[in-house]
Amino acid sequence: MRNVTLKREWVLGWLLLLPSMVLLFAFTHIPAVTTFLNSFYSTPRGRRAAKFIGAENYERMLGDPVFWQVLWNNLWFALGTIPVSIALALVMALWVNDRLAGRGFVRMAYFTPTVLPMIAVANIWLFFYTPGFGLFDQITGTLFGWPATNYLGSPETALNAVIVVTVWKEAGFFMIFYLAALQSIPQSLKEAAQIEGANRWTIFWRITFPLLMPTTLFVSVNAVINSFRLVDHIFILTDGGPNNASALLLFHIYEVAFQHWETAYAATLTVALLLILCLLAIGQFFFVDRKVHYK
Amino acid sequence: MLKSSFLKAVAATAFTFSTWASAQAVELQFYFPVAVGGKAAETIQGLTDEYVSQNPDVTIDAVYTGSYQDTVAKAITASRGGNPPQLSVILSADMFTLIDEDLVMPFDDYLSSDEDKKWIEGFYSGFMENSQTGGKTYGIPFQRSTPVLYWNKEAFKEAGLDPETPPATWDEMVEFGKKLTKKDDSGNVTQWGVSIPSSGFPYWLFQGLAIENGAILANSDGNKTNFDDQKVVEALQYLVDLSTEYKIMAPGIIEWGTAPKSFFEGQTAMVWTTTGNLTNMRDNAPFDFGVAMLPKKVQRGAPTGGGNFYLFKGVSDEQAEAAVKFVQWITAPEQSAKWTMATGYVAPRPETWETETMKQYVADFPQVLIARDQLEYAKAELATYQNQRVTGIFNDALAAAITGTKDPETALKEAQSQADAILADYR
Repeated sequence: MRNVTLKREWVLGWLLLLPSMVLLFAFTHIPAVTTFLNSFYSTPRGRRAAKFIGAENYERMLGDPVFWQVLWNNLWFALGTIPVSIALALVMALWVNDRLAGRGFVRMAYFTPTVLPMIAVANIWLFFYTPGFGLFDQITGTLFGWPATNYLGSPETALNAVIVVTVWKEAGFFMIFYLAALQSIPQSLKEAAQIEGANRWTIFWRITFPLLMPTTLFVSVNAVINSFRLVDHIFILTDGGPNNASALLLFHIYEVAFQHWETAYAATLTVALLLILCLLAIGQFFFVDRKVHYK
Repeated sequence: MLKSSFLKAVAATAFTFSTWASAQAVELQFYFPVAVGGKAAETIQGLTDEYVSQNPDVTIDAVYTGSYQDTVAKAITASRGGNPPQLSVILSADMFTLIDEDLVMPFDDYLSSDEDKKWIEGFYSGFMENSQTGGKTYGIPFQRSTPVLYWNKEAFKEAGLDPETPPATWDEMVEFGKKLTKKDDSGNVTQWGVSIPSSGFPYWLFQGLAIENGAILANSDGNKTNFDDQKVVEALQYLVDLSTEYKIMAPGIIEWGTAPKSFFEGQTAMVWTTTGNLTNMRDNAPFDFGVAMLPKKVQRGAPTGGGNFYLFKGVSDEQAEAAVKFVQWITAPEQSAKWTMATGYVAPRPETWETETMKQYVADFPQVLIARDQLEYAKAELATYQNQRVTGIFNDALAAAITGTKDPETALKEAQSQADAILADYR
């Protein structure tokens, strides 16, 4: 009798898991495994079927200067976007958490970039960056008399221009998490510190910031993932140019897969991307997690 | 009572008959991209609806599929999934890619009568270069364009140039450009002489320069490129010199999307761009502007561009015949005239220009004729097997030279050796 109940619970458990498992397998695990397998085959063309070529795709990837360039670009992109957008989000959250006139309006203003679709944002920024009559050139031209700068069209500035758009877009989103976290910190801690004579900086550094660590971890995991995942604006702003100066890994994968139609090589690049993401996620959870104070 | 049930029976029979008839109607699916502003999508939809209402034995499902890039991606994916469209408009330059993927078939099998053969010959030969290979016709020209030079007549007047005379040669373009380039007191340029947009796909406008210098970028079999030809190097050197040596063009990559706007704003006095922008220019330029053929070096020249109709494999004979009839109808003079007026695309058949509608349009807006007349000198757009990959390599090389990271000769040599490595399989 006991056995039957156990079995029934077991069946019920699996049945409850089934819907999400089916979705997870169909859209995440099976494609990931297929991608991995495809990376060992040649690209099938209408007249030629795919054949097993071992690690040839991987050899090509390691010898491909464009791959190393986009990887390098992505590293810069991550270094440029993650710390800045997190710091900016924290500052904005601290500011709009205080009582100030028009707080609702400022919060909304900070959050607006997040609500706007990336493609629309990119189109607006395209005109900000336009040499000559673009917003930036008009400002720097009238204030400092600088000549027109082709921000998106020079290899030196293209990636930085893209980074600025990304930070602008992301900071408001992260601010929301910080704001929620700030509001859950008990006021009594702050008051106790004030009685002990702590100044604002000490309060922030010794109380607020440590208590925000779980949020910082969450936000930084997201920021890292986004730095590899957000590429929509590149299509509009630079199309990866000039000469791949602003191409990121995922953008390059799209290019290889759906413009060049080299699906096998794209699969190989995808495996590389998955590997990087896995390592980063593991690293963050195992090493950063120890320093986080959960309540 | 008897009568009414009799009528009912008749009605029922008629009803079943009519559904049977419509079930027998040939169904076609047709993908089309939109690459220019204006009323392109509505016009195609409108024309398709008109055809279907005239021909009840066919139903056509016209599907707007985004950009050219999206369209070819969707067509290839749908075909791999075993559900290809019967008909699609795709870049003429993608012909070899589609053949290589084994997705399209030639129109010739369905164009057997003499009348049909004459119809094929009725297209401008400049457009057919990218539509035929190995003696077969794989594409029917539809939304085709070519680059032209737009110039600002007021700026010309101000610079002391004849506002009615555009530059006819490379040297004249430099000479005019120098006069047209204006600087403010602190030495910053406020108006450039000329803009040749180079973002995304610099190869297209650059190909104009290459042809003018007497070079052909790729052979007609699509398996050999000539990127390191000395004439190509010279053409690229000229393009680079416009910014570095003569200082009449803004340095760095010039954005396609904002090019018309900077022309309107007076940031540049001349601009090279597609005829697909003609209607846009006409509606938005706040000054009098002219349209000219691209200037020549050793000869006049321009690439063609834009999309062709392709017939996909996996269709039944019935569907293929219906598709061919539809293509013949939509490229016929009256329909083609409507299409050209709505978009600025060049009508692909000389007879279209003979229609009354078109004549009136031309009388009102003579600039549209320039693109047509330039067709005489037009050459096939760069197209090879694995086209996107090869042109991608070429684009990178051009961008590297334009931004000064590599000198033209080295950049083109590297591009040629990479292209050779890809195309060796197809020789």
